[in-house]
Amino acid sequence: MNRRLDVLVCSGAACVSSHSAEVKSALACEIDARGLSDEIRLVETGCMGPCELGPVLLIYPGGTFYVRVSPNDVAEIVEEHFLKGRPVRRLLWETPEARRIAEEKKQVPFFEKQQKIVLANCGEIDPENIEEFIATGGYEALGRALTEKSPEELIETLVASGLRGRGGAGFPTGLKWRFVARESGKTKVVVCNADEGDPGAFMDRSLLEGDPHSVIEGMTIAAYAVGANHGYVYVRAEYPLAIRRLKTAIEQARNAGLLGLNILETGFAFDLEVRIGAGAFVCGEETALIASIEGERGMPRTRPPYPSTSGVFGHPTLINNAETWGNIRHIVLHGAQWFAAIGTPQSPGTKVFALSGKVVNTGLVEVPMGTTLREVIFDIGGGIPNGKAFKAVQTGGPSGGCIPAEYLDTPIDYESLKKLGAIMGSGGIIVMDEDNCMVNIAKYFLDFTCDESCGKCVPCRAGTRQMLDLLEKITDGKGETADIDRLRSLGMMVASTSLCGLGQSAPNPVLSTLKYFGHEYQAHIHEHRCEAKVCPSMIRFEINPAACRACDKCRTVCPVTAITGKPGTPPYQLDAQTCIRCGRCAEVCPFDAIAINSGDLN
Amino acid sequence: MTGVITAQQSETLQRILDEFKGTQGPLIQVLHQAQDVLGYLPAEVQSAVADGLALPLSTVSGVVTFYNFFRTEPRGEHVISICTGTACHVKGADRMIDILRDVLGVGLEETTQDRRFTVQGVRCIGACGLAPVMMIDDEVYGKLDRKRIQEILALYE
Ligand SMILES: Cc1cc2nc3c(=O)[nH]c(=O)nc-3n(C[C@H](O)[C@H](O)[C@H](O)COP(=O)(O)O)c2cc1C
Ligand code: SF4
Ligand code: SF4
Ligand code: FES
Ligand code: FES
Repeated sequence: MNRRLDVLVCSGAACVSSHSAEVKSALACEIDARGLSDEIRLVETGCMGPCELGPVLLIYPGGTFYVRVSPNDVAEIVEEHFLKGRPVRRLLWETPEARRIAEEKKQVPFFEKQQKIVLANCGEIDPENIEEFIATGGYEALGRALTEKSPEELIETLVASGLRGRGGAGFPTGLKWRFVARESGKTKVVVCNADEGDPGAFMDRSLLEGDPHSVIEGMTIAAYAVGANHGYVYVRAEYPLAIRRLKTAIEQARNAGLLGLNILETGFAFDLEVRIGAGAFVCGEETALIASIEGERGMPRTRPPYPSTSGVFGHPTLINNAETWGNIRHIVLHGAQWFAAIGTPQSPGTKVFALSGKVVNTGLVEVPMGTTLREVIFDIGGGIPNGKAFKAVQTGGPSGGCIPAEYLDTPIDYESLKKLGAIMGSGGIIVMDEDNCMVNIAKYFLDFTCDESCGKCVPCRAGTRQMLDLLEKITDGKGETADIDRLRSLGMMVASTSLCGLGQSAPNPVLSTLKYFGHEYQAHIHEHRCEAKVCPSMIRFEINPAACRACDKCRTVCPVTAITGKPGTPPYQLDAQTCIRCGRCAEVCPFDAIAINSGDLN
Repeated sequence: MTGVITAQQSETLQRILDEFKGTQGPLIQVLHQAQDVLGYLPAEVQSAVADGLALPLSTVSGVVTFYNFFRTEPRGEHVISICTGTACHVKGADRMIDILRDVLGVGLEETTQDRRFTVQGVRCIGACGLAPVMMIDDEVYGKLDRKRIQEILALYE
């Protein structure tokens, strides 16, 4: 019998941790037991997007999208859907905001506003099977580039497309290619930056896990355009699955004559090597990354010379971010005009974001540039969970800033975000609600950059330390008015005198929270009040005598016996002096009788 | 070589070194593989690597200390990596560290007395959608709270 159904099981990192593998093997067993193996093809894909709802399944034809599937659901899916053709309604994605159940994937609000170009294959094909990539038009761009286009034409196309680097800084990609193409060196190198060091970002990871060939194809086209014969993909060690799938893809491309000495029989030679990072944030910076590829400590080097002149082992080097590479084949296939018409004139194309934090639909999204923050967080992300109020959105990781509610209608593009004191960054979008303290968030990022400073420049190494000390002083309840000015002037000094982007942007989280959430700093300093009730020095646990039913639960969990009372005789007493603010009593109280308060008593 | 590593391990190390002979800038990749096999990189392994690649020992130890991923101390049977990345931070990673301390009696970068567990902090494991997240060895566990942490740890008892 002919193949009737394609059943795609998401095997992205998040779904794997929600046990997608068990779902897949249960499906395989059931399909086999029912004798349907010839009719149904079971495929593991990369991330489909809505990671929080995993494991997710996508079934073609029809595009049925099942969420939160467990192995126990499998028998019903096979019986009802595969055999009788009736989708299992209870597993469809119910979106309260649309008041309907989505019969198909494309009806889900989460997907409606997205435009998938870089991620087009991610979640739709088997990343470990080169045939599937080729079937979607994969390596066609490479074929055309090698046989129909000169290197100059390709570079002109890239320049005209307006593509800008997706690694954070937004430098025009075509220009960078041109610089490297003009270098006279005999040996040139192409590098993919997949270090993805921003905590809270998983775009590059998902791309490498879900569609590794698109990155390989982009790099090979560039190698032809700039005259390079060797390439490196630098992936962080924390991504073993991405590394494995990438290596498999490279091997398959070699076997298919798409990498190696004589690519597509054109005589063009190019090959790729995977280099694994070792956990240093600064290694995402291009000159540090180059030092790390060379096997050295990843310390940034002074530019010039730029990598385009002297990069890996002194050779002219073209370095782009993984997502930038993922765009190339589409631009070559569809042309510069097509690309330039997507997004905004200054920032053409789409951008992939990793949406996380206090938002209903966490996961991976791709939208045209110029989409507003509100659309991403509320229309796609489904808003803030548990009825809480939105407070801020953080973009750009440790180099970025926190944007308050009044700017939610800002279009996402390089310039608009920069104007607000944030940056596009590589694509992490972290949503915060009323329970997040912005001084604590600033401290969190400073702690990160202070720890990750490579130590080469004094302003970065010592300046971030001093800023962190000041922030700790404030969250410990010892802040003074003058500390705000100290933070500001230190911030400007660190930003203007550090060598690399890490130090130059490290003060951003502090400066942007000072600008938009200055009142929280003031409340910490003058009233010892942490509005979000996060900073331990400023919170106290109090038993509400009217609500306490003397159930004795809190007393038994308190590790320091700060709570006293007799079962059945309310209210219980909590001694604030003894309390270490571990919060366990509030966690166990069945009657919500234990409140957390903040601010000076008067 | 004597002491911490066995003859068999030292043989494996030699094989790794041979494999990378002649490649450019192999140090970090060699250290990765060595750590994979041995679990950590004690001084004698670092000097063997230095000899094998004809590099000064100071270069090798400089690289080992620079990168967070390399370890010079042995670890417990299971490694609990609690994510301290931003998405996990805003969803209460600090609280999860407190809970682990409660349950296991050790904090970050510490190993339990019975050497069963080492707890360490990591920066984002890319499962931010499921924050807060931890990893035990290679297994990722998301949507943590006290109850889930207790249930998960029970699986390793
Ligand atoms: C501290 C620091 C960390 C960086 N981390 C990354 C990263 O993880 N991934 C990345 O692609 N670019 C990162 N960059 C940007 C790179 O230096 C470089 O601009 C980028 O790889 C160029 O590629 P693109 O033009 O395609 O964006 C970082 C820069 C700095 C200063
Ligand atoms: S700015 Fe910081 S991270 Fe960058 S080179 Fe200087 S010390 Fe190193
Ligand atoms: S747990 Fe709540 S209700 Fe029970 S004794 Fe404590 S405060 Fe009272
Ligand atoms: S990992 Fe499955 S949806 Fe993201
Ligand atoms: S921030 Fe914890 S998994 Fe990404």
